[in-house]
Amino acid sequence: MSAIGPEIERLIQLLAKLPGLGPRSARRAALDLLKKREVLMEPLALALTDAARAIKTCEICGNLDTASPCALCCDPRREGRVLCVVEDVADLWALERAGVFKGRYHVLGGALSALDGITPERLNVGSLIDRAKQGVEEIILAMNATVEGQTTAHYLLDALAETGVKVTRLAHGVPVGGELDYLDEGTLSAAFKARRSL
Amino acid sequence: MEWHDDAIVLSVRQHGESGTILEALTRTHGRHMGLVRGGRKMKPVLQPGNSIRLQWRARLQEHLGNFACELDTARAGALMESREALAGLNAFTSVASATLPERGPLYEPVFVASTILLDAMLEDGLAHWGAIYVRWEAGLLEALGFGLDLSSCAATGETEDLVYVSPKSGRAVSAAAGAPYAGRLFPLPQFLLGSQNEVGADDIAAGLALTGHFLFERVLRPTGKPMPSARLRLDSLAGHQDGESK
Repeated sequence: MSAIGPEIERLIQLLAKLPGLGPRSARRAALDLLKKREVLMEPLALALTDAARAIKTCEICGNLDTASPCALCCDPRREGRVLCVVEDVADLWALERAGVFKGRYHVLGGALSALDGITPERLNVGSLIDRAKQGVEEIILAMNATVEGQTTAHYLLDALAETGVKVTRLAHGVPVGGELDYLDEGTLSAAFKARRSL
Repeated sequence: MEWHDDAIVLSVRQHGESGTILEALTRTHGRHMGLVRGGRKMKPVLQPGNSIRLQWRARLQEHLGNFACELDTARAGALMESREALAGLNAFTSVASATLPERGPLYEPVFVASTILLDAMLEDGLAHWGAIYVRWEAGLLEALGFGLDLSSCAATGETEDLVYVSPKSGRAVSAAAGAPYAGRLFPLPQFLLGSQNEVGADDIAAGLALTGHFLFERVLRPTGKPMPSARLRLDSLAGHQDGESK
């Protein structure tokens, strides 16, 4: 007979599916939740239920928010003529944390990958082209500096050519705080190619 | 079980949170897969097109095994800068991945030719490395046992004036013997016969059509695989350049 009841076992199994948690850490998290039932477990359960019910994918940009269109798309202070294209919502959040971009976003939903069967039809490319035709002056391709990310960027460049919109992309090179000695050759090569006058 | 080898990264796939399944074309162990632990930190190294030094370890030969890798030549960063080089790199990795059997040890010439091809992609555009790519695919067909026979005419045995290739036999056909069937034969780009003449965009497009046909008909179709989309994109890029040059 198991010392752990089926409800707790199920909780552990579900927690173990979260990123960063394995079976042992899930067991610890479950035990902690059970010990703090009123201050943590019940509010968490309520928050999860509310989030599952209320959060939607924005019909314009693909961001996650409680409303569609999302707060970013509705914000009149944001520059509507500049679009920043990102692969995933996590990338959008990273750019928002940095606070460097005050335009609007477009979440593609991934990057082209022959291996994983991600074709242009599975990405939000059609809606990007439609948005590009609606008074957009610049599209910034903020794709990952990977072969897949840059293949997607080149594909989008071709797809957006008909719209006549200016297309730019993020620079590749030395990260802030990076020491040249520790950088890989690919990054150094990209940094050298993108050098600029001071 | 343990071995060390030179390799080229073909693809990587996330495995769990920090692991990566690496698919590599090795010098003496063919196309080989293995698990790289802590693969996230290795992401700059594990980009397709990079040359690496591999150590493979497993308890039994048939196990997936663990890879430890060290960067040898970084190419991905430079290849990403050019649309043509990126199209070539994607075509190379997807064709190698789709056609070479896993753990086939007899492909050292393919590995050497792959290194030459990738280095050429770093140098210049499709006009420069397009012919090398076509030769690489012709060599791949040969390594797989489906090589083209361009030594003499399939109909007359002539060794001069070979300008066509039969889509059925993969053998060369002379201008005189092939004239009545010209529309049904593939044009034979002369650089495949060792000609030193300048290679034009039309030669590259013809070469890609030729090797693409045989790769699909003889290697991919019998195993139920489609032509990789990245290879089709390279075709369209070469066709576009050919159209511009006319």
